[in-house]
Amino acid sequence: MGFDMPYIPHTEQDIQQMLAHLGIDSVDALFSEIPENLRIQNLTGIPEALSEMDVAKLMRERAHSNKHGLCFIGAGAYEHYIPAVVWDIVSRGEILTAYTPYQAEASQGTLQIIYEYQSMICHLMKMDVANASMYDGASALAEAVLMAARANKNATSKTILLPKALHPAYRQAIKSITAPYHLELVEIPFHNQKGDLNVDALQKYAGKGIAAMVIAQPNFFGALEDADALTNWAHQQGAIVIACVNPLAMALLKAPGTWGDKGADVVVGDGQPLGAPLASGGPYFGFMSCKQEYIRQMPGRIVGRTVDVDGKAGFVLTMQAREQHIRRAKATSNICSNQALMATAATIYMSLLGAEGLKRVATTSHVNAKNLREKLIAIKGVKSVFNHPFFHEFVVCFDKPVAPILEKLAKRGIQGGYDLSADYPELGNALLVCATETKSEADLQTYIQTLEKVL
Amino acid sequence: MSELTIYDKSSPKRRATSVAPLNSVAINDIDSKFLRQEKPLLPEVSELDVVRHYTQLSQKNFSVDTHFYPLGSCTMKYNPHIMQNLASLCGFANLHPYSLVEHSQGVLACLYELQEYLKQITGMKAVALSPMAGAHGEFAGVAMIRAYHEARGDSARTEIIVPDAAHGTNPASAMMCNYVVREIPTLPDGDVNLVALKEAVGPQTAGIMLTNPSTLGVFERKISKIAKIVHDAGGLLYYDGANLNAILGKARPGDMGFDVMHTNLHKTFGTPHGGGGPGSGPVAVGKRLLPFLPIPVVGKKGKKYFWLTEKEIPQSIGRLSAFAGNVGIMLRAYIYIRLLGADGLKRVGEFSTLNANYLMKKLQDAGFVVPFPERRASHEFIVTLRKEAKELGITAKDFGKRLLDYGFHAPTTYFPMLISECLLIEPTETESKQKIDAFVEIMAKILDEAKTNVDIVKTAPHTMSVKRLDDVKAARDMNFVWKKDKE
Repeated sequence: MGFDMPYIPHTEQDIQQMLAHLGIDSVDALFSEIPENLRIQNLTGIPEALSEMDVAKLMRERAHSNKHGLCFIGAGAYEHYIPAVVWDIVSRGEILTAYTPYQAEASQGTLQIIYEYQSMICHLMKMDVANASMYDGASALAEAVLMAARANKNATSKTILLPKALHPAYRQAIKSITAPYHLELVEIPFHNQKGDLNVDALQKYAGKGIAAMVIAQPNFFGALEDADALTNWAHQQGAIVIACVNPLAMALLKAPGTWGDKGADVVVGDGQPLGAPLASGGPYFGFMSCKQEYIRQMPGRIVGRTVDVDGKAGFVLTMQAREQHIRRAKATSNICSNQALMATAATIYMSLLGAEGLKRVATTSHVNAKNLREKLIAIKGVKSVFNHPFFHEFVVCFDKPVAPILEKLAKRGIQGGYDLSADYPELGNALLVCATETKSEADLQTYIQTLEKVL
Repeated sequence: MSELTIYDKSSPKRRATSVAPLNSVAINDIDSKFLRQEKPLLPEVSELDVVRHYTQLSQKNFSVDTHFYPLGSCTMKYNPHIMQNLASLCGFANLHPYSLVEHSQGVLACLYELQEYLKQITGMKAVALSPMAGAHGEFAGVAMIRAYHEARGDSARTEIIVPDAAHGTNPASAMMCNYVVREIPTLPDGDVNLVALKEAVGPQTAGIMLTNPSTLGVFERKISKIAKIVHDAGGLLYYDGANLNAILGKARPGDMGFDVMHTNLHKTFGTPHGGGGPGSGPVAVGKRLLPFLPIPVVGKKGKKYFWLTEKEIPQSIGRLSAFAGNVGIMLRAYIYIRLLGADGLKRVGEFSTLNANYLMKKLQDAGFVVPFPERRASHEFIVTLRKEAKELGITAKDFGKRLLDYGFHAPTTYFPMLISECLLIEPTETESKQKIDAFVEIMAKILDEAKTNVDIVKTAPHTMSVKRLDDVKAARDMNFVWKKDKE
């Protein structure tokens, strides 16, 4: 045993005393119950230890080789300004290095933060109850589909209607995660000119006893859906309405709980716009909220407010009879660890911004996107695709393939958008472009001028 | 009480002004039928209010950075701070998941190497990093088992076997994959009952899910026989990597006959738990399940890294989330492996096991009962307070709560369910002998209190921000959301 042992504090004397106390002469003796033929002497293919300084040098080089200029890509992950306070507090060891709050009295910080998080999500969505978070937007939506299929006792089919203008990766995740239950996932096309859901295509599912319908607001193209009409139609069919929304957009757009006459039944989405960095796709978090009547079907952890023996207010994990550690094979889901730290970041973000701040971020993003769209479609060779209200993303198309254009833009420090031609070949050479509040007038100009050069 | 939550600290129109755009802009191009009419009820507070409120809340938590946290099955080891620091570099933090791969080579290189390291550590053939937690990895693994049988046209396999000591996620993951769970018993020595296993397997067996070392804190000695029984019956073996810390660098699941497994980067590879996530649960597979890996996976051609998708893995079980999983957590685990190196990883297995066995022996010396005294502990072990509960009227819960008063987080209580009044104790390799000795002293002191002043134990904790909380009231009141008129 040497003494260069990263993160292991034992001195030679400690080790000898411990071994002596156990009556053995080597640590290896502790592994005697592992059959000899299964034991290995050394790990191969793993480099030798580096000092913290050398690891830092390596990682700085690797970080530097990730080049990114101005980002106009959205498609489910959005660049927003994150106030300094958010990650300063989230990175505190007391929050970062705590476990799931099973010992409530020693975890009141985490528990109260989750309670506040649930409250903010419910008020933003106008729903009754929210859980403590899910992995991400796509997996939360898949769980919502499973939940709806389970909860809808009146449905005569296992049909779930999904908009084709729902994020392609979300549709793929729903397919993979619900596959064992053989649901009938039906894709409803979008309107050719408007980009929102094609209402005419819905009609053939009337009276078919569908189990659930997903409404994306805004949808993958950034287009706004007529959520009131869709919600009412789905409810007339006896379907459970699942809203999949951008939480930031809800500062501006009608909350799912107020859609139509009765409101959406389950609301999910990705919380990334609320304080999570882009970070190559994660960690983000999924949020899930629902009407009170579906609470016992909801997966995930829930925190409730209660009192201690002296009557002092406090918080605990509750409604646990839904969860895997109690119900095992009869649980509503297998979810255990979620994305609590990211929900904490969102809680702090929403507290800082408040309703007014969130609305300003949302409206500034919208106005930037609107201005950018107008400038883009004024360029020769760039056409508008949909003529319909949108949030902070929109589709344009070119008269030549998108990939080479994006590569040329990237070489000049512009990440121009998300190439739609593989997922939606029917749209031609289409590009999904996003502008958030992070973009200045000069940034928009840079994009326009650079695109003019490369086209 | 009136100033409990951030909402209670609100004043109308107060704002943290600088964090949002300074100018409010009007919108005139969206029909009002789409727009929200009333503002969402969110706190109206200053930046300093937010900083004080959440800093003070953080101080109500126990954490690894502040306390010894011997929570069995959770591997609450030290999380090197440099991981947080480096994973947050703007070259990583600001990269969009859909950035061109040419511009993501640095992060892809880390992920590719992490896949390679995990292959070596687990003894498996390939790794997919995308599952976001242990249970997510379990789902991926069992879904691959299902895909394997389906690809062979073997549709009669409807059951997954799970030992009675398994984590709750195992049967729940089998359920998510629409399998029937068949539970098999454990022998009094802690090993799986092979007679019961032989009776349970058959043409209906899709597979078995095992944790090794098991949740009872002992190594499953007959693992090779179990593998043979299950394979002979046409089933596959799933390894729950929750306890991989115990055998890191000492033995590998791939060598034991497992076909698929997950690792918990947030346990074995030092990434922080974050109060309940984000974790990361990469899956590793043997030869049989190679074609079914979830996408995306990082590939390498020459010196260039790229994403493998359904084009390259056409039989993939598909995508389990929108992007590539918790990349930031993978980067932290990569950094952890580089800091420890091959020898350091092996020491994790050795010293976590040394600490657990030493602590178990010291507690036995102090009069505590362990259910498997003839066995070696893995990186964790069980103490049962059955005798104390009967003779002194104190429970595992009481003991755990009293530990909080002395500045130690409680061990896991009431799991595994097989052992009554149990504490599952996992010291991890990063605690010193002196800290472990101090823990033993306090455990002995509480045992003494239970004999001389039982009330102080039964009403603990006394020094936290709250005393014992009313769980029944929480479930009955269903107060999950702050409301204006409720206060």
